[in-house]
Amino acid sequence: MAELKVTAIKDGTVIDHIPAGKGLKVIEILHLNRPNGGALLLASNVRSGKLGRKDIVKVEGRFLSEEEVNKIALIAPTATVNIVRDYGVSEKFKVEVPDEITGILHCANPNCVSNHEHTVSRFHVVSREPLKVRCHYCERTMEGDEILRNL
Amino acid sequence: MEWKGRDVISVRDFSKGDIEFVLKVAERLEGELKEKGSLNYAAGKILATLFFEPSTRTRLSFESAMHCLGGSVIGFSSAASTSVRKGESLADTVRTVEQYSDVIVIRHPMEGAARLAAEVTEIPVINAGDGSNQHPTQTLLDLYTIKRTFGRIDGLSIGLLGDLKYGRTVHSLAQALALYDVELHLISPELLRMPGHIVEELRDRVPVHETTDLEGAVPELDVLYVTRIQRERFPDEQEYLKVKGSYQVNLRLLRKAKENLKVMHPLPRVDEIHPEVDGTEHALYFRQVFSGVPVRMALLGLTLGVI
Ligand SMILES: [Zn+2]
Repeated sequence: MAELKVTAIKDGTVIDHIPAGKGLKVIEILHLNRPNGGALLLASNVRSGKLGRKDIVKVEGRFLSEEEVNKIALIAPTATVNIVRDYGVSEKFKVEVPDEITGILHCANPNCVSNHEHTVSRFHVVSREPLKVRCHYCERTMEGDEILRNL
Repeated sequence: MEWKGRDVISVRDFSKGDIEFVLKVAERLEGELKEKGSLNYAAGKILATLFFEPSTRTRLSFESAMHCLGGSVIGFSSAASTSVRKGESLADTVRTVEQYSDVIVIRHPMEGAARLAAEVTEIPVINAGDGSNQHPTQTLLDLYTIKRTFGRIDGLSIGLLGDLKYGRTVHSLAQALALYDVELHLISPELLRMPGHIVEELRDRVPVHETTDLEGAVPELDVLYVTRIQRERFPDEQEYLKVKGSYQVNLRLLRKAKENLKVMHPLPRVDEIHPEVDGTEHALYFRQVFSGVPVRMALLGLTLGVI
């Protein structure tokens, strides 16, 4: 029933199984709120068999690449992504933490050059379970809550 | 591995093969320099030394190395006297200097500065210390000193003593040593232990013993690498006073050591090594200073593509 609250889209991307409350953050990280002609839909706190409650984001007229979507793996590791063409799902995948995380995470080290100079932040994933990343610039590692606080 | 144009930013970027190659070239250059007095591999090449934070020893060592190779040097040794003070970005400064030089050596108070400099320039960049992160040329000269003294690094038992928590020199040295077949003894006050994530990394590769007991560890060692406990690294003066002077290497201690134990120190020292040790066969720290020149000659020559 809950699914009916959200209009189906003809072409675009549906990001499903986002942990409840993280939908807005997903939109922010993927820059989906930039005007692009298509509709952007966020369903928040939807009942879900798997997660209890979940968020869903649908964006019309944009086909997000796997690489693009993987950026959200840090905040929404359970998310699944559906590429929709002509009202049908043409591709479906689960998000995965990429080998390198660029642009969305800030370095927690206040003396890191990436927090002072104009750079795109860059982290190398050292381990996925538990998630641990190393700053490309200052080489410090971050894990757990520290990663979430710096998104 | 292509060396021409390569950046020297972090010990992490080097394999054991890379390190061995640099040490071999350094040894060759040391021999040639002894024989001929001066070399001209880098004739017509210009080194720019950008010291955004002063470090006279390191800068002089690089300058000396470049002169020994027959090249010339430009640069500054304090950010206060440059346009950086007017708010120019690091990226713009190095892009400008790139137009005047063939290789850049950079020292900067921020961690990651050398990596950033390398990314915005085409010419090779050598890290001479970025904040509390890396000082790879120090590590390479430490390894060179050990190799020249013992003829090998594999099979040695090496103790790292002092501030293992904040000391960047010991972090990168330990990481590089772990590429070899060595046994590591980490000796420090409880408060200044090597950070857990580094110890874990080391343990994956070599046997590691952590202890606060210097006297107990000394008889095991072939090399004792001593570092200074630096007041400025402590967030709190009380903490510093608790550990200040906790260790001193002196003749009494060295009576317990193997006859050929070598004592190393990146210098400057304060009171961690008593001057009475200087005249003994154990003292290797002045030899270490000397090693800086051939190792830096090798790095300059290789990255310039002239040797
Ligand atoms: Zn950083």
